[in-house]
Amino acid sequence: MAEAPDTLAVAFELNGAPVEATVEPQTPLIDMLRERFGLTGTKRSCDVQVCGACTVLLDGAPVSSCTVPAFEARGRAVLTVEGFAADDASSPLVEAFVNNAAFQCGFCTPGMLLAAKSLLDADPAPSEETIKDYMRGNVCRCTGYKKIVEAVQEAAEAGR
Amino acid sequence: MKPFRLHEPTDVHEAASALADAGGGAALYAGGTELLLAMKSGLLAYDTLINVKSIPGLDAVSADGDTVVIGASATHSAVECDPLVRKRMPLLAEVEHGVANLRVRNVGTLAGNLCFAEPHSDPATLLLVYEAGLDIAGPSGTRRITVGDLQTGSYETSLEPDELLIAVRVPALPAGMCAAYSKFGYHHRPTLGIAAALGVKDGVVTEARLALGCVSPVAQRLSRAEDVLRGERVDTLTEGASALREASRLASEDADAVEDMHGGVDYKEHLVRVFMERTLLRALARNGGGDG
Repeated sequence: MAEAPDTLAVAFELNGAPVEATVEPQTPLIDMLRERFGLTGTKRSCDVQVCGACTVLLDGAPVSSCTVPAFEARGRAVLTVEGFAADDASSPLVEAFVNNAAFQCGFCTPGMLLAAKSLLDADPAPSEETIKDYMRGNVCRCTGYKKIVEAVQEAAEAGR
Repeated sequence: MKPFRLHEPTDVHEAASALADAGGGAALYAGGTELLLAMKSGLLAYDTLINVKSIPGLDAVSADGDTVVIGASATHSAVECDPLVRKRMPLLAEVEHGVANLRVRNVGTLAGNLCFAEPHSDPATLLLVYEAGLDIAGPSGTRRITVGDLQTGSYETSLEPDELLIAVRVPALPAGMCAAYSKFGYHHRPTLGIAAALGVKDGVVTEARLALGCVSPVAQRLSRAEDVLRGERVDTLTEGASALREASRLASEDADAVEDMHGGVDYKEHLVRVFMERTLLRALARNGGGDG
């Protein structure tokens, strides 16, 4: 049985570009993103996978980067809000959030955008019920959600 | 979080050996959605985590006759979206969709949910009415237990220190059974979960499987309430029917409810009475429509 290493090499795709980092097994994904790569768009809030502020996409699927270990990124694609802004195909979503004032303090917005992108990638024309169901794990303490739902609906229409 | 080493076995036997060698200093890691929170808060600490996901094939969902076999590293989302599960046991897909939130479902596993043995678990309750089986691997081979034999208390299971759950085997409900699941609560985890599956033949209830979870440390079948329903004519089982009231009363009496952050014993017993009748009515409304 090989001795388990204390550090791990994590080679992965970050916002479309191949990158590599060395991390300890207990390092959460959010720490690697913020501290090693300087991508501070990903926000830590509840730290227990409830609020959604730290949402990133791992191979297209939303995960809580506060708790998912960094080593889970090995060989996979991570998308953060920074990569999102540079992605032309996603800009209707950013525009729709701005048009609808779908944020106030903005702390939940990176997670909201990534969750919404994941939804629209899977279902380009979601019903209001589907949007509410899909986004219910992302918490906003400012907007009351209505504007966020409207922004996702507008982005879906713009994308058609 | 206290530093740990990551061990990545390539087969089940290596994982069991690593558990045995660690003598309690290691824990199995699959989704980590519960384990890592407990480690972050300092409630648990391990020198080594053994990554179940590094074992090839354990994430598969496959058919064995009428049984769907869910591998130990299959996530809640994988189970929820699996075509076999959706077709043969839509209620399992429905309940998996209701677990935690999307991000937890994308990472957390069904097997991990069962093995962590948190008392407030929807799948642990639901799988009792499916009469699911569990394949347990250890250094000397594999054994099969029923899902009801796994959990022995809050965060406690009957697994030996060198054993791991490798597959959850869920048989489809027999043809003609209708089923429903209810959950209730205001916290991240459910306060109450009730699963009901009723077999109906010639307008009469021939089989009843009722399970109650979350209100007590361990989810359980409710045999006295089940007995009341067997032999009842379905057309008499409408809102307020005496058999439904009696089954709900017995369910509440047998609930073994305990006080916790979700509420007191009286409150939980009341919830059981209310939700048992509602769940039975919902199952009956699906009469002939299968479990979904």
